[in-house]
Amino acid sequence: MTSQARRARLTAGARWSALVILAVAALVFPIVFTNPVLTNYGVFALIFVTASSAWNVFSGFSGYISLGQAVFFGSGAYAVGIAARDWHVTGTAVFALLPLAAVVGAVIAVPFGLVALRVRRHTFIVITIAVFFIFQLMAFNFSFTGGSSGLAAPFLPWQAATYNNPFYYIALGCAVGIIALAWLIRRARFGLHLRAIRDDEDRARGLGVRAMRVKLAAFTLSGAVTGLIGGVWFLYLTQVEPQTGFDPLFDLSIVLMAFFGGLGTIAGPVLGALIIEPGQLYLTIRFTNGYYGEILLGAIFLVVVLFVPRGIIPTGGEWIRRLTTRGRSALPPAEPAEVKPELRDPASSGPRGGAG
Amino acid sequence: MATQIYQAIVDGILVGGVYALMAVGLTLIFGVLDIINIAQGILVVLGAYLSYSLSQRLGIDLFVGLLITVPAMLVLGVAIQWAFIRPLRGRERTSMTLLVTYAMALIIEGVLYRIYGPDDKQLTASYVTSSVHVLGFYLPYIYLLGFGLAVVLVVALYLLLYRTRFGRSVRATMQDQTAARLIGIDTSRVAALTFGVGVGVTAVGGMMFGATSGGFNPNSGYDLISRLLAIIILGGLGSIGGALVASVFMLTVVSLVDIWSPTWANAVFYAALVLVLLIRPTGFLGRQAVRAQ
Repeated sequence: MTSQARRARLTAGARWSALVILAVAALVFPIVFTNPVLTNYGVFALIFVTASSAWNVFSGFSGYISLGQAVFFGSGAYAVGIAARDWHVTGTAVFALLPLAAVVGAVIAVPFGLVALRVRRHTFIVITIAVFFIFQLMAFNFSFTGGSSGLAAPFLPWQAATYNNPFYYIALGCAVGIIALAWLIRRARFGLHLRAIRDDEDRARGLGVRAMRVKLAAFTLSGAVTGLIGGVWFLYLTQVEPQTGFDPLFDLSIVLMAFFGGLGTIAGPVLGALIIEPGQLYLTIRFTNGYYGEILLGAIFLVVVLFVPRGIIPTGGEWIRRLTTRGRSALPPAEPAEVKPELRDPASSGPRGGAG
Repeated sequence: MATQIYQAIVDGILVGGVYALMAVGLTLIFGVLDIINIAQGILVVLGAYLSYSLSQRLGIDLFVGLLITVPAMLVLGVAIQWAFIRPLRGRERTSMTLLVTYAMALIIEGVLYRIYGPDDKQLTASYVTSSVHVLGFYLPYIYLLGFGLAVVLVVALYLLLYRTRFGRSVRATMQDQTAARLIGIDTSRVAALTFGVGVGVTAVGGMMFGATSGGFNPNSGYDLISRLLAIIILGGLGSIGGALVASVFMLTVVSLVDIWSPTWANAVFYAALVLVLLIRPTGFLGRQAVRAQ
């Protein structure tokens, strides 16, 4: 018992120290690696950490797989772009528009959710795809979105060498925010309701979960965060077109990241995004013609689904547990050495003899 | 104006036949295996490229070439199902199969880029560009042939499902997999063959798509899959007749809207889907109860 408690305390301690080390590493990353090429990887990775975690808070917890997150991402980007253009916002003042991106994401999520969340499973997935294409077409066809040439962000008078750093820290703030939020939700009654819906929605409703309200709240939250990070992404790239803001590959990438790391876990989407997004970026830069990266990505995808079907975090945890339990079965030979001093105490030798 | 509307309706029905050819495979695979095959879009494009190679390199007629492409795609379908979809079980199967088929789509797309490059290709034949003038309507030969082929294929699939021993075991598997296995049906063989038939039929849809789309490239699959999904949801998931009805309905609506505003015609496609599902969540010919598996 005591050794088990000690081990639990040890793993908890290890987890906290790992978290602290990770946080420090994330904070000093742009200071240590000043090369803009590397910080660029960091910014994109953190944008996708945020987007994938936001997806996970709704889809991972509730089991409703949304393939329409780009609706919020693109809308957030366009909201910042249109506001900056029409209100003549220039310079660093554009960052004050980022909350608007979150609000727009949330405002779109409510009617979208009210329509889509009436249906389940495959039909839900397909409706999210359909809504996604409606938004892409709107971005193409309306005049206030700038049509197929899209929008450009105001010019930021920053030096090229450190241009990425403010974006890095903004994206880091967003990522930490959604991770903390996901952690809180998972522990709260709200998170429990979501997981009850995932396991058996009808039974959850029978037990008094207001399913529609809970799903809609999670969907709206997810939409707001995705909209916000879409705004950050737009200011970083300084431009958005209908096919980049509303990109079907964006939807599938964040889903892959969450699956890769482990669906419904907190660390899963983070780990998935940190591995896959830099990898994808590297492949795109390395193979400019694109198709080798595509084939490789698909192959990795297949390997993950077939051999690590529940994601790295759950499967990895299982391996570690198996390793530690194997350690325990190997304990008895080591035990006498540990217990020997206690053997001098006659009281403890009794039960030991019984167990042996 | 009136003739314009009539012509639009005729066009919509004919193009609907082409879409039905692409959608039946998707809905058949869903009905039996309970999975959404995201790779359907790229499989259509693959079918188009196979026909392209046969007609350009070997000079084989498009329709005759189907005798080669359909069996080839059938074998490919069985192989994909056997290697990548059969091993997936458990609670996350729905989303897992989605990801696996998406991965397949990425790989096939990459390979097509490697072989054919990013430029638009088109299937050509004497009957692709010419049309016949009947009762004041212009009817392109290729659409007439395609629509006939669509009807023939739907009827053939019905006969396969309702008049053969294989069809009976397919329908039994559709209704209740466990019970089907208990009465001695090899359900994994049924699943593999159904996937193969679904992909094989898609070769026909691919040839028609290649001949009528006005140019295709390896990237064409994305736009296609979303439209095909809209069609099979609207028709009722798993319903082959529903896929035909929904294709004709959707494409007629698109063709009518196209008269007034070509830019918004595609949005109507998805808006119609959302509207219909709000009124009737199971689609036109869908079964009332969603199967719990």
